Amino acid sequence: MSAQYAIIRAAIRAGLPIATATLIRTGGPPGAKLLVFPDGRSEGALGDPDLVRRVVADARDLLAQGATRVVEYADLGVAVFVESFVPPPTLFMVGGVHISIALGTLAKVVGFRTVVVDARSTFATAARFPHADELVLAWPDEALQGRLDARSCVAVLTHDPKLDDPALRVALASPARYIGALGSPRTHAKRLERLRGAGFSATQLARIHAPIGLPIGAKTPQEIALSILAEVVSVQRKGESSEP
Amino acid sequence: MEDLLDEIDTWLARGERVAVATVVKTMGSSPRLVGSKMIVSSAGGMAGSVSGGCVEGAIFTACQEVLASGESRLLHFGVADEAAWEVGLACGGEIAIFVEPLR
Repeated sequence: MSAQYAIIRAAIRAGLPIATATLIRTGGPPGAKLLVFPDGRSEGALGDPDLVRRVVADARDLLAQGATRVVEYADLGVAVFVESFVPPPTLFMVGGVHISIALGTLAKVVGFRTVVVDARSTFATAARFPHADELVLAWPDEALQGRLDARSCVAVLTHDPKLDDPALRVALASPARYIGALGSPRTHAKRLERLRGAGFSATQLARIHAPIGLPIGAKTPQEIALSILAEVVSVQRKGESSEP
Repeated sequence: MEDLLDEIDTWLARGERVAVATVVKTMGSSPRLVGSKMIVSSAGGMAGSVSGGCVEGAIFTACQEVLASGESRLLHFGVADEAAWEVGLACGGEIAIFVEPLR
């Protein structure tokens, strides 16, 4: 089997992130390809070692975001197509509540890996969440600590500050792509007050989408789940444009 | 790519060579995302897609040529650029597609 393809194939099959950087426009013949791993290791050659250094740095950033696009190096007169191969992003639902049941089902359709977190054993049960990829019976801060990357999405849905606040504290300290919290504007105002007291800045707190979900007039748990997922997708796609 | 691995494995196991066409850039409305792929084998097999069906014929031909020559190439398609391959996109968008032999 071809050498570079074998490496790409093995990574995809194992669910490990890998990026390819292909020289698509250059003075000479195009097609040289560099494989870039999350830790900055690379495999292959693009000819110019200076270009390789710059491409590896850019490809690592794009890979962390799961992004795929052309990067222009105008001073060198070359264009490189960076493609990220990443496992599905994870949606963490804090609270084994009714909305989470519907949200988990919809999120699977859209391509998420789903994790339900709840410290209460009556809520986070396999019978209630047969389609969840993972059920974590633990306090949200313990369950989320160290697990949120730049592509993770977190929906905080318990309505209980004892569970919601620890989850938000961990999420705000992480690079998570999306953080949303259920609750009325009044509930959210009190929540912000508590988190400010815990030392979070206004800029950090502005990352929380609340009241959670796009305003589509949702009433039922299923409709609220739809509005949350729509908001998650809009955040994921923001800044990602087909225009250069 | 993930959904094409099985097909590629099958072709390679039969000793066929494989060309890969990837959407690298889209402008305006376009039916497929950047990263969409179509693969073609030296025996004439084809899987995946790079548009709503507008340019697949031209890409199939380009893949065969790339397999014959071993040289990768960047192709542009769009309504304003009909001369390139004499095909346009019904959606009115433009796309750039990179065609390369699988290595």
